[in-house]
Amino acid sequence: MDHNPANWGRPRADVYGPYNAAIHNAGPMARTQQPSITGTSVIAIKYNNGVMLAADNLASYGSLARFTDQERLIKVGEETVVGLSGDVSDMQYIQNLLERLIIEDNYEQDGHHLRAPHIYEYLSRVMYNRRSKIDPLWNAILVAGKKDDGSPFLAYVDLLGVTYSAPTIATGFGAYLAIPLLRKLAANDGDEKNITQEQARAAIDECMKVLFYRDARSLDKYSVATVKTDGQVTIEKDVRCKDMSWRFAEGIRGYGNQQL
Amino acid sequence: MPGFNFDNYQRNKFLAAKGYPLPKATSTGTTIVGCRFDGGVVIAADTRATEGDIVADKNCEKLHRISPTIWCAGAGTAADCEFVTQLMSSTLELHALSTGRKPRVVTCLTLLKQHLFKYQGHVGAYLIVAGVDPTGPRLFSIHAHGSTDVGYYLSLGSGSMAAMAVLETKWKPSLTKEDAMSLCAEAIEAGIWNDLGSGSNVDMCVMEVDKPAVLFRNYRTPNERSTKEQSYMFARGTTAILKEKVRPVVDTVPFDIVQETIIQDVDKMEIDS
Repeated sequence: MDHNPANWGRPRADVYGPYNAAIHNAGPMARTQQPSITGTSVIAIKYNNGVMLAADNLASYGSLARFTDQERLIKVGEETVVGLSGDVSDMQYIQNLLERLIIEDNYEQDGHHLRAPHIYEYLSRVMYNRRSKIDPLWNAILVAGKKDDGSPFLAYVDLLGVTYSAPTIATGFGAYLAIPLLRKLAANDGDEKNITQEQARAAIDECMKVLFYRDARSLDKYSVATVKTDGQVTIEKDVRCKDMSWRFAEGIRGYGNQQL
Repeated sequence: MPGFNFDNYQRNKFLAAKGYPLPKATSTGTTIVGCRFDGGVVIAADTRATEGDIVADKNCEKLHRISPTIWCAGAGTAADCEFVTQLMSSTLELHALSTGRKPRVVTCLTLLKQHLFKYQGHVGAYLIVAGVDPTGPRLFSIHAHGSTDVGYYLSLGSGSMAAMAVLETKWKPSLTKEDAMSLCAEAIEAGIWNDLGSGSNVDMCVMEVDKPAVLFRNYRTPNERSTKEQSYMFARGTTAILKEKVRPVVDTVPFDIVQETIIQDVDKMEIDS
């Protein structure tokens, strides 16, 4: 007699061959994935009257620049913008979640509307809970808007549930290339009071240009979102990198010995 | 047989698995940059050397002299940069004596890349080589596996992206010496502040055509340790003396001087008479 309960009720292995355990995994895979279609950096900086974000319009399929019209900055509610990088299908799922969040919040009709800190809290709970199930949403997200006291709000949450807030934040390659430039304007908490909108915009445009130079998965077409503390939200689309300089290439031939 | 001896590879792997890994080589973490200007080239580096997560040296020298007018900034494994650079310096000097000409940067480049390629990247030297020679100012970068690049502005090391962000923003084709110097200093500072593998001070070397190269050790020192708030020295008497015993070590019995002879030039060595 076979004393192993796992084999009771099953055909005998010595007669019918080994048991196919793979049938237990029938059903969709719901574990740590690899991102498939991805968006690159999102960058953001606080300034005196609000927050400015930018993200390019590229959705890459590995090294293929697959979709060049992907909008990665989304307006949530009336006064908040969320910028997402990482897996695009998870990005779209989160977009759906946020839409339902706003709709369901409006059921109350109590005159209160969700603001950036609330949307951020919700998102960071979702992200951390998914990571705790070892089934993350493969994104890095920036939430920008205003706090209940009227001051600018900017915070980060990612696939691990890591959260932090700073006057300048960037995801992906932006962390290495854009943050050093943005920190020249706003190095510490409170520095944003001295930055004008024009300065912030100039810094953002400069960073997107440098990212296009040096990030191999970036695009020169991007969107810029401005979230003001007076409640205005504008998303400017189809912005192009301007005044790029490729003239350095004129004088370069070969990789060492070759002369002009 | 040239190249490394890998006989101990299996033994080392076994030991590492048992909990005795190889000690981490001192790396230079590092931000290094080079920039051409009208009439010369300037290179700069930070001064932090790391051993894993620890800062091993707060003020190390990453700018190496290969010849009086050819200098080199090194990132990667500190020892590899130092020794490969010294080797090239000797080889280049002998070569220059043999050819009767001033050494050229491309010569150094070729010698370095052939050496590094032979060791298949195991000699962890990532270098920015720059200098002036009879053909003019030159700027190159070399990776440990032996690939070389040319450029008017280059950066290497863990802080290379922070430095490159500054270089891409502020570089333009015709720079003066002062512009190039401040650009390089700013690029290194971006690495110092934003990269954890880089820190402390900025070293710089300016190589101008028809002028001697000038090394600016600690060109900028934005991380000076502030004066301590108090003196933490212990006052004499803090530790009580319980017992004192003096034992004479040197014989102090006085001698009578019988004869005095004064010897001149004691330092000169006796050569064959």
